[in-house]
Amino acid sequence: MSAISPDPNYTLAPSGNLRRRMLISRTAVTGTIVAAGAAVAVLGILVYYAAYQGASQLNLSFLTSDLPAIGLSGGGGIGPALVGTAEVVLIATLIALPVGILTAIYLSEFAGPTVGRLMTTGLELMAGLPTIIAGIFIAGLIVDSSGQSAWAAGLAVAIVEVPLIARASIEALRRVPPTMREAADALGVAHWRTVLGVILPTASNGIVTATILAVARGAGETAPVLLTIPTFGQTYQLNPNHAVPTVPLEIWGLLNSGQPSALAQAWGAAFLLMILILAVNIGARVWLRRGERKRGL
Amino acid sequence: MTSLATEPSPIGTAGFKQRSRLNRTDIRANRALKWLALGGGLLLFITLIAIVYQIISGASQAFNKFGFGFLGHTAWIPSENIFGGWTFIYGTLVTGLASVILSTILGVSIGLFLALLAPRRVSMIIGPLIEMLAAIPSIVIGLIGIVLICPFISSDIEPWVHSVFGWIPIFGATQTAGNSIFAAILVLTIMVVPIIAALTRDLFMTVPQELRDGAEALGSTRWEMIRGVVLPTTKTGITAACMLGFGRAIGEAIAVSQVIGGIPAWPLNFFSGGDAIGPVIANQYPSALTTLDKSSLFYLAAVLLVLGIGVNLFAQWIAGGFGSRVRLGAKVR
Repeated sequence: MSAISPDPNYTLAPSGNLRRRMLISRTAVTGTIVAAGAAVAVLGILVYYAAYQGASQLNLSFLTSDLPAIGLSGGGGIGPALVGTAEVVLIATLIALPVGILTAIYLSEFAGPTVGRLMTTGLELMAGLPTIIAGIFIAGLIVDSSGQSAWAAGLAVAIVEVPLIARASIEALRRVPPTMREAADALGVAHWRTVLGVILPTASNGIVTATILAVARGAGETAPVLLTIPTFGQTYQLNPNHAVPTVPLEIWGLLNSGQPSALAQAWGAAFLLMILILAVNIGARVWLRRGERKRGL
Repeated sequence: MTSLATEPSPIGTAGFKQRSRLNRTDIRANRALKWLALGGGLLLFITLIAIVYQIISGASQAFNKFGFGFLGHTAWIPSENIFGGWTFIYGTLVTGLASVILSTILGVSIGLFLALLAPRRVSMIIGPLIEMLAAIPSIVIGLIGIVLICPFISSDIEPWVHSVFGWIPIFGATQTAGNSIFAAILVLTIMVVPIIAALTRDLFMTVPQELRDGAEALGSTRWEMIRGVVLPTTKTGITAACMLGFGRAIGEAIAVSQVIGGIPAWPLNFFSGGDAIGPVIANQYPSALTTLDKSSLFYLAAVLLVLGIGVNLFAQWIAGGFGSRVRLGAKVR
């Protein structure tokens, strides 16, 4: 029983043409890894740099003080901008949520092939609409005739949010297992009851996630708000009939004011905005995944 | 459930012709829900039409004055009522195209990595991270662009590229100010890559396992499997994803406005400053004085809208007919 000694002239390692092909393949695969690594690195650099510049700005007085007056250096915070952002996004979401969900229900439950295609085409167009177009549309339609208001800004942001909510809701509605609908039909439940009592609750996880993501997106939008409420006061403004400051808008104003002290505050606000939006994104995704696992979807 | 107890079941007595056991309330509620949902959908559609109408009517004054010549003129002097859009259209097209070319290479690579090459655990972590990149607000990217990216580009990348590729006119002499068309291209690439990566990842996942296994069983290497099977079957979807990325790139206003320089010029040299449609609207609309000024900005918005709608419709058409989701899977014949 002597051990079989391998033929010294024969190896399993690729040679010749195969070797070249393997080399090309390995290079290509390494290229994709580098690309993915670069994207993650860019994210890391963006977050790290914003934290490096902005984290030291965050304190209670920065979060609650009035906006810094133009021309003065130092002092001031972003309190009114936080409140204003919440106000604009609340208005936007109150408009966008029903429209988005109703559109999704129509498309997934009622639409025939022709109307469905037409409406989906429109929905996709809305989703691809540049946000600045939404801003200039509301600016021309409302602001030019009846002045700046949080309503107008909310409406412009709603135009951005509706397709986000509608698309994700369609996806969520389509993922409801057909067996649930069939069970409801077999029990003789009317269609409207099936939709409201079975299908919507089952899809609610996805719809809520979509709404939260849309809120995060709306809170970070600058262009629609910039064109609808470009001039705002430095103090707390709760009345939606007036222009309100928002965080992205305040960053824009600070950046374009060209003062060194303004830049530091812009970093503080930008870091806060970024962290909030990323946290909401992560939270919503985790919650969605957990909910879907629980329902066995 | 009480109705079941009090009324005799129609099945068997009145036959199936009496279509359902629904009572009048249910029939009304069904109809109400249907019309309500239709109303929501129509509202969306009406908004779209209103946007197109509003932008065109806003642009009409400038269109009547300048006609299509507006698109080719380069002068933009609000104080003398001279408006021409070419500078901005050029900037938008050049930054959009160049960033989409870069993003396609990077985004498709990332899509391939996430869908086919990475271990499942790795792609479960990296995938969401790349989607996070898309969630960062454009104003924050603009701020980082102006403070970090522009100085870095102008001090390190641009001189290097110029010294190596300087014979190509687009990589001409560098400027002292970091703001340039090149900076705008890079910033847009950061914003478009995650979109193309996410779309193509979903696309590549739809390539049937048998096709990939077949190619590998025939002795293909990984790369040959991708080139020979995955990319050809998803060609149309990749094109559609790039179109959507292009639409996103040309519509970006805030981040680009911070880094492109805001100089009324349309240089061939990417390392000098320029301007684009989105930034000029964002910068000038709030402070526009005359109605002609506003109308000219609306004219630019109309150009952007036409470009955006055209690109989006093309993406939908190529992905399998209008009204189909662009995330359409691979076409396997």
